[in-house]
Amino acid sequence: MKAFSRIRVLFRITHARRIIRRYFVTNGFDGVLTMLGLLMGFHISQATDLMVAINACMGAAVALGMSGLSSAYISEAAERKRELRALEQALLADLSESDYGRAARFVPVIVALVNGFAPFLLSLLIMTPLWMGHHGIQFPLPPLETSIALALLMIFLLGIFLGQISGTSWIWMGIKATMLGLLTAGLILLTGMAS
Amino acid sequence: MPVFMRIVLDVLKPHQPNALEFVRRLQELESIGRIKLTLAEMDEKTETVVLTIEGLDMDYERIAGVISEMGGSVHSIDEVEVIVESAAGEAEE
Repeated sequence: MKAFSRIRVLFRITHARRIIRRYFVTNGFDGVLTMLGLLMGFHISQATDLMVAINACMGAAVALGMSGLSSAYISEAAERKRELRALEQALLADLSESDYGRAARFVPVIVALVNGFAPFLLSLLIMTPLWMGHHGIQFPLPPLETSIALALLMIFLLGIFLGQISGTSWIWMGIKATMLGLLTAGLILLTGMAS
Repeated sequence: MPVFMRIVLDVLKPHQPNALEFVRRLQELESIGRIKLTLAEMDEKTETVVLTIEGLDMDYERIAGVISEMGGSVHSIDEVEVIVESAAGEAEE
């Protein structure tokens, strides 16, 4: 219990919850749109081998996760260090062993994990119909198209989450986000037709 | 022989943890009976507070340790009052 309240304090003094939420949505969107792009690519090329799609999507998911993990850690650690130094100058004290020092070391790790795992886990979820299809489980739609529908559903849910954060109409935010997904899919279809 | 102590500290601290959280953390020290925090000055990143702490057999080092753990630093000890319980009792008699 005491450890949890300590973590809450570290999160509060660094406004980490806000940062984590932002990273989750930003990189979550990145992950889902990348998956949508890949799946649309396979749909246009009428690829029938699900294993090829699974491996390509898995490769992209791992790359997105690693990119999210490393980029967030590097940028957040630098940001925390800068803030810690500014506060140390204002207080004329060494804060490395204080809650601020601990937060400067701990928060970038949490932010990096969220930023890395958000696109990775969402990608895995989107890929589920491909795996299930590969193992012979039937859907009303073919596995590739089911995954595309699932990606659009994820975009809708991320939109709802954004709507709840901003306190505006969550359904309208969900629809706006889905329209963005549909626009992306439409653009990919157009470029596919052009080539 | 229990010693009642009252100390007044001039502390420079960041805005977070706020006054409530700051006092709550100090109160976790078992020897402390009463704490009063008064805001003396507010700057962009820091604030100066006056802490009045009362308790029996208080350990100053532990108090200063908790303050520095929260990012604060004791600038000065402005007042110290010590009452040895038996001495107080004898005076009353």
